[in-house]
Amino acid sequence: MKHRAARPGTHVSADASAPGGPAALEAVPVRHRGRWVAALAVLLVAAMAARSMAVNPRFQWDVVGQYLFDRAILTGLERTLELTVIAMVIGVVLGVVLAVMRLSPNPVVAGGSWVYVWFFRGTPVLVQLLFWNFLSALYPRLSLGVPFGPTLVSGSATALITTWTAAILGLGLNEAAYMAEIVRAGILSVDEGQAEAAQALGLTRLQVLRHIVLPQAMRVIIPPTGNETISMLKTTSLVSVIGYAELLYAAQIIYSRTYQTIPLLIAAAIWYLVATSVLTVGQYHLERRFGRGSSRNQAATMVQRLRASFAGRNGRGAGATGSGGAGAGGVGGVGAARAEEHR
Amino acid sequence: MTVTGASAHGTAAVHARGVHKSFGRLHVLRGVDLEVEPSQVLCIIGPSGSGKSTFLRCINHLEKVDAGELSVHGELVGYEQRGSRLYELKDREVARKRTEIGMVFQRFNLFPHLTAQQNVMLAPVQVKGESKATAAERARTLLDRVGLADKADAYPNQLSGGQQQRVAIARALAMQPKLMLFDEPTSALDPELVGEVLDVMRDLAAEGMTMIVVTHEMGFAREAGDALVFMDAGVVVEAGAPRAVLANPRHERTKSFLSKVL
Ligand SMILES: Nc1ncnc2c1ncn2[C@@H]1O[C@H](COP(=O)(O)OP(=O)(O)OP(=O)(O)O)[C@@H](O)[C@H]1O
Ligand SMILES: [Mg+2]
Repeated sequence: MKHRAARPGTHVSADASAPGGPAALEAVPVRHRGRWVAALAVLLVAAMAARSMAVNPRFQWDVVGQYLFDRAILTGLERTLELTVIAMVIGVVLGVVLAVMRLSPNPVVAGGSWVYVWFFRGTPVLVQLLFWNFLSALYPRLSLGVPFGPTLVSGSATALITTWTAAILGLGLNEAAYMAEIVRAGILSVDEGQAEAAQALGLTRLQVLRHIVLPQAMRVIIPPTGNETISMLKTTSLVSVIGYAELLYAAQIIYSRTYQTIPLLIAAAIWYLVATSVLTVGQYHLERRFGRGSSRNQAATMVQRLRASFAGRNGRGAGATGSGGAGAGGVGGVGAARAEEHR
Repeated sequence: MTVTGASAHGTAAVHARGVHKSFGRLHVLRGVDLEVEPSQVLCIIGPSGSGKSTFLRCINHLEKVDAGELSVHGELVGYEQRGSRLYELKDREVARKRTEIGMVFQRFNLFPHLTAQQNVMLAPVQVKGESKATAAERARTLLDRVGLADKADAYPNQLSGGQQQRVAIARALAMQPKLMLFDEPTSALDPELVGEVLDVMRDLAAEGMTMIVVTHEMGFAREAGDALVFMDAGVVVEAGAPRAVLANPRHERTKSFLSKVL
């Protein structure tokens, strides 16, 4: 108690624009010549790249255009999106459960969670996908029943484990291991005093988690979860190896017939880009929303930053003070590190 | 575990006898004895690290007592006595007992994602199952009582430290506790904001609330306190009427502590 807690709400500010106050400062803003030069250089390189792609006939842009809205490609896109959503839902729900288990005072429960994360993060997702796909070879019959007791339902594994279920299991269970770490980091980021204050009011451990800890952890959990979702969208392409016709495999089926490999890969890439771009915009808005109550300055939009940057004011300062910025920079690293690790 | 039951102390608000608590090899509480009567205001002073916070946290079972007797309104905290044996209570039962004990922290610990009013309403709605409308109305009454009627919709980071601490007091009062624990409620405040929090606490004391206050505000201890306890190295060194202890400390350790802080 020798140090004072930081108190928001008291900062000294001279309000220059107040009526009757001192006159507003009049100053010519700094001119950023360097910024203009750098921007021109970037635009030049981009223009050169675009031109070379446009004039090289081997890109076969007409074929790209022809297949972009092809029935099979669009169905593939749909399946890619479906896989992404279902795998992420499994990942997030199971991830929260694993994170809570990991923080449990019961060492067996915590250990179980640790082993899960160790296993699923320690093996490549591609191997896991193949493994689920060939599960039927390991256990020809799957059955549901009382442990060590009578069997209730049973069926052939080949019938139960379709390429779709293998894809969902492979992606979802793997994602859960990563989400568990993200959620755990989020929970640990919440000040212990919060849980204590809530417990002192008579909330049970579960109520504290639900009403106090998880809502505050969201701020830290959301940015990397957005990264995970974008990452997942691309990872679904791995499912092509087990023969589930998502976007990439749909393209592969066509070019194995027509030998127009490059244009079809470009068509698939365009759809991946469109989807990840939409997700990026969504993530940005989620971050702004969940930053509420934690920072007074909302993150500036890209357009605001551009304007500020070239109008002579400091664009970085305006953009970097947002809440999302801090979260994404800190724990967002989990998502980024992960992408390098096994993709 | 050598915690023993309290049977003959049904009248005391808080009864502590030989309370011990260790963190690993650090023996923090070394046999704390004290008694608080209903409607009494007990102030605890003592050097940093003497175990004041730890003792307060034992009272509402945020920390588990290792040995000794500790009861609140004649009931053991965190344990139940059946026959001659002690049983540890389940999380849910401990939580229910805690509703009768309010606690105010040095660093406020308001919930930053909730407005002042939502902070005050949370426990009555979630724990007592009050309707949102009833809880909201009472929350506004309580905020009015601590002088913050106009800040009901403000988030904690839009409030000054003194205002945050007053919301925290209102939040604790919302559960209608029979006992209030204050752990250095004004130490994190700028000097000019200390008064507004102490005023609220004085009102509360005047209304007959039973309070245990860990504080360095000797003025408050002298005027609002019914009893004063000096703790050092995990034991109660000296206890008595605030004026007497502050003016004529009997023990050397109390004298040297007071000479440093007065
Ligand atoms: N959870 C814990 N784990 C380990 N040690 C702890 C824990 N809580 C407190 N301690 C230690 O116990 C001792 C007493 O701490 P406590 O907070 O009760 O002191 P205090 O009298 O409240 O001091 P202050 O005036 O600085 O608040 C300290 O040495 C502290 O480091
Ligand atoms: Mg303390």
